[in-house]
Amino acid sequence: MVVIIDQELCTGCGECVEACPFEALSLENDKAQVNDACTLCGACADICPTGAITVPEVERAADDRAAGAQGVWVFAEQRQGVMPEVVAELLGQGRRLADELGVELGAVLLGHGLDGKAGELFALGADVVYMADDERLAALNDDIYTQVLARVINEHRPEVLLAGATSLGRSLIPRVATAVATGLTADCTGLAIDPEKRLLLQTRPAFGGNIMATIICPQARPQMATVRPRVMKQGPRQEGRQGRLVQVALNAGDQARTQVLEVVQELEEQVNLTGAEVVVTGGRGLGGPEGFELVRKLATALGGVVGATRGTVDAGWIGHAHQVGQTGRTVSPKLYVALGVSGAVQHMVGMQSSDNIVAVNTDPNAPIFSIAHYGIVGDLYEVVPAMLDRLAELRGQGA
Amino acid sequence: MNIVVCIKQVPDTAHVRLDPETHTLKREGVKSIINPFDLFALEAALRIREQVGGSIIALSMGPPQAAEVIKEAIGYGVDEGLLLSDRAFAGADTWATTAALAAAIGQIKGVDLIVCGKQAVDGDTAQVGPGIAQRLGRPQVAFVKAFREVSDQRLVVERQMDDGFDVVALPLPGLITVVREVGEPRPPSLKGKMRAKKYQVPVKGAAELGLAPEQVGLAGSYTQVVKVFAPQAAGERRRLEGPPQQAGTQVVDLLVDNQIIMLGS
Repeated sequence: MVVIIDQELCTGCGECVEACPFEALSLENDKAQVNDACTLCGACADICPTGAITVPEVERAADDRAAGAQGVWVFAEQRQGVMPEVVAELLGQGRRLADELGVELGAVLLGHGLDGKAGELFALGADVVYMADDERLAALNDDIYTQVLARVINEHRPEVLLAGATSLGRSLIPRVATAVATGLTADCTGLAIDPEKRLLLQTRPAFGGNIMATIICPQARPQMATVRPRVMKQGPRQEGRQGRLVQVALNAGDQARTQVLEVVQELEEQVNLTGAEVVVTGGRGLGGPEGFELVRKLATALGGVVGATRGTVDAGWIGHAHQVGQTGRTVSPKLYVALGVSGAVQHMVGMQSSDNIVAVNTDPNAPIFSIAHYGIVGDLYEVVPAMLDRLAELRGQGA
Repeated sequence: MNIVVCIKQVPDTAHVRLDPETHTLKREGVKSIINPFDLFALEAALRIREQVGGSIIALSMGPPQAAEVIKEAIGYGVDEGLLLSDRAFAGADTWATTAALAAAIGQIKGVDLIVCGKQAVDGDTAQVGPGIAQRLGRPQVAFVKAFREVSDQRLVVERQMDDGFDVVALPLPGLITVVREVGEPRPPSLKGKMRAKKYQVPVKGAAELGLAPEQVGLAGSYTQVVKVFAPQAAGERRRLEGPPQQAGTQVVDLLVDNQIIMLGS
């Protein structure tokens, strides 16, 4: 199924070819032609100045699950009794979506020894908490977590289910979506409601963040999305807010096949890149491993963590845990400082959604400057000490 | 041990340049490659075969030219390949993709282990591996970064988590997705390359997998892209001119004034 191009109306301007994110269009004999890579996204139809392109309706098998499904749910992940920040963010966003739809906000909590956790979820905006507290759920085993979560979903039939795009969420949730046979959109950075159709509009970066795509799940329910941490805003916390607690019992036969033998929290060198407010990254421009001393100093002064480019990690200047980019971690902190980073595409896709980007590099043509909000062409060994001095001065600790 | 490695052909983003004005991809002349994470999956499979013996099949779904990645996998040393290609597969979301991949794996006898890269660099969903495991009813461990034990009965692996890692035992048959820490891919061997040249890639379509056209591709997808747009360049972009020390001082002042840095500790 591909878009329909009216060869009479097509002027061969080529705008659609540029606009197509899927390389599905080309110009042949000065007319647009479409190939099988077309996903009917409609980007070409939107941009075509002569209206030569139409998007055909796709016939899908009838699926009446939308009728009767109600409520917005959040998967409240926890590991070793700790809920990551993204749970509060999901509840904040989930609350807004639920209010817009005029439905309840539910939270699903799986684990063992969960005393007090439900109250926490009520305080953060949940109306109902579905809680399965069982020693078989003490650690993440995707198969048993999927069984329990899918069963609760099928019984209560929420219309929306959100989860964090964390390691745990991205391991478990695709399995759950498959188990309940519904669509899932990964790593969303925007969520809204289409009020007419009551559909969840799920927006995510595609192609390494160079294009944004809005995705819907028109028929199957729930409409499921994993949501990038640190993007949604937490709601106000209301101590003592009450809600309804629904206990979920496991069946006798529920048994994980995998077995978690050990849980290792890496305290030795904490690099919580994904959750950091500030990331200061060093690149090959540091000149050598000792350059990370200065990176560390600035990170400490800014209350942030140290990031690194693939080049520095491959050169053995710093551990891989620090790597930002396509084969490392994706970060979107409030402030990203790139020191001696030239800006390879693989690096930029991992940090370009940062709120504020500062780049220091001696090469005025370094690609990093194309996405930096504050670009400084200069030697980082001159710029960074000046930054540290100014910070100390402003904090009243003397220059 | 019989291993299936899932690989995907993706645009080579290493040679993609950003258009500085529109911040969109310039794709002219972009080559297609094996998804970088899938090379780690291939490497993991090759190491497991070295330890316990067995055979490896590289499986891909894509247009006819995706046969290239299967041949490349042969060059790295896998035993056989299989390409799923059919016009009906076009436009598949991860639900429809796993329908085809799981059906194909289901037709292969005695698969003990399925290995996938953690995600593809064009779609970035990380959903296909777990989706296949669920469809086949097999246990899984995602984001594997190291192997502690490999035998025909089970694997003991380290699973990367946001705040550390878990040591997990996976009974076989099962599925893993791997991250780059499993080990740098070896280069293709000369012998492998010779074999790849002559290798005829077997191809299966929807009918051969026992799937109806409405179960696969765009028609078999639950999700639908309704809009595609360029990301908005957030905020203005400026250069701070002047001597480096002065620029350093100035950027701190700007960050403080805009409340990006909080001075109170």
